[in-house]
Amino acid sequence: MTLYALSKLMFDLNRDDAVKGQFAQDREAIVARYALTEEERGAVLKPDIGLLYVLGVNGQLLMHYAGLLGIEWSDYLQRMRDGVKMHGPVRAGIYALTSSPDEKVAG
Amino acid sequence: MSLVFAGVCSHAPGITGRADRAPKDLRDDFYAGYERMRLALEASRPDALIVIAAEHFANFFMNNMPSFAIGMSDGYEGPIEDVDWLGIPKRQVKGDAALSQRLIKEVMQTVDLAYCEEWKFDHGIMVPLHFLDPDTKLTIIPANINCQGPPLAPLHRAWAFGEAIRRAADSVPERIAVVGTGGISHWPATPDSGRINEEWDRDFLDRWARNDRAAMLAYTDAETYADAGQGGFEIRTFLAVAAAARGKGHVEFYAPIPIYAVGCTAATMDIA
Ligand SMILES: [Fe+2]
Repeated sequence: MTLYALSKLMFDLNRDDAVKGQFAQDREAIVARYALTEEERGAVLKPDIGLLYVLGVNGQLLMHYAGLLGIEWSDYLQRMRDGVKMHGPVRAGIYALTSSPDEKVAG
Repeated sequence: MSLVFAGVCSHAPGITGRADRAPKDLRDDFYAGYERMRLALEASRPDALIVIAAEHFANFFMNNMPSFAIGMSDGYEGPIEDVDWLGIPKRQVKGDAALSQRLIKEVMQTVDLAYCEEWKFDHGIMVPLHFLDPDTKLTIIPANINCQGPPLAPLHRAWAFGEAIRRAADSVPERIAVVGTGGISHWPATPDSGRINEEWDRDFLDRWARNDRAAMLAYTDAETYADAGQGGFEIRTFLAVAAAARGKGHVEFYAPIPIYAVGCTAATMDIA
């Protein structure tokens, strides 16, 4: 379980303009600095918002990562629903899905 | 001098960021609730406003997470979020490091807390300030309760933090206002965003408005998570304000607004 490292990457990307700039230039180089599993690394690089959600990234980090990638709000919500359908329930953290992945609550 | 104003309000980023996606009448009523709160705050002529927030990894992360923190700087800035996403322009906010230091010293008599000479505001503080201090006139002292990265401080410690803030406010010559921000029930930033437990919210607000300490401390985090979502953990800020104010609460506005992803709340509390 390296959810902490994955979360730290999201945190650094959200908060540090230098990391953000380097990420835009060379995603792989930034991601290599964090001790991630292959699955986590792949999810960041793709980017697979749904899988990142299922891996347990705190929504307050993931929401901004999605924003950084230019993903619109409703699209962001849908990608998480799709992620649960594809990869199964959220595996860690405090942001588990409580509705059905087929349900649209709002937005 | 003493504590001169106490209130609580929601801070969800959708309140400003997705402002136009809610029914207009409902939005206007909610904004009017904030405005009544602002007028009451202004009438109390505060020298400084302590905002007890529950931030979302703007300053604090799980590498070194304080349960309680208070800012100690002559200035702050925010929001950290993309201004278009949040719908709030960047601003520089006046602080008062010397006043912070006096308050912190008194709080430390009973609560171990982190002090912070740097602090960037996220939506947890910026959304309330957008409504309560639209012209950026107030001196702000940020405070934080970790509601985001468990383990979280127990509710009775959030209560003790509020008591300590009251003691500190009463110990300085300045007029101090306090506003807690967060909750109430919500499942933010998840596909459940928009789910709101109105019944739970109204029951919580009833406990809060009665300033019923035992009833407010009765929740377990497991119950709150199940009934009010991870956003419900932010009731800690409401509890701290109740502990500081000691009086009865007055709900200026409450309504679930799903596109804002929260049970939207604005309330004041008597100082007793
Ligand atoms: Fe929040």
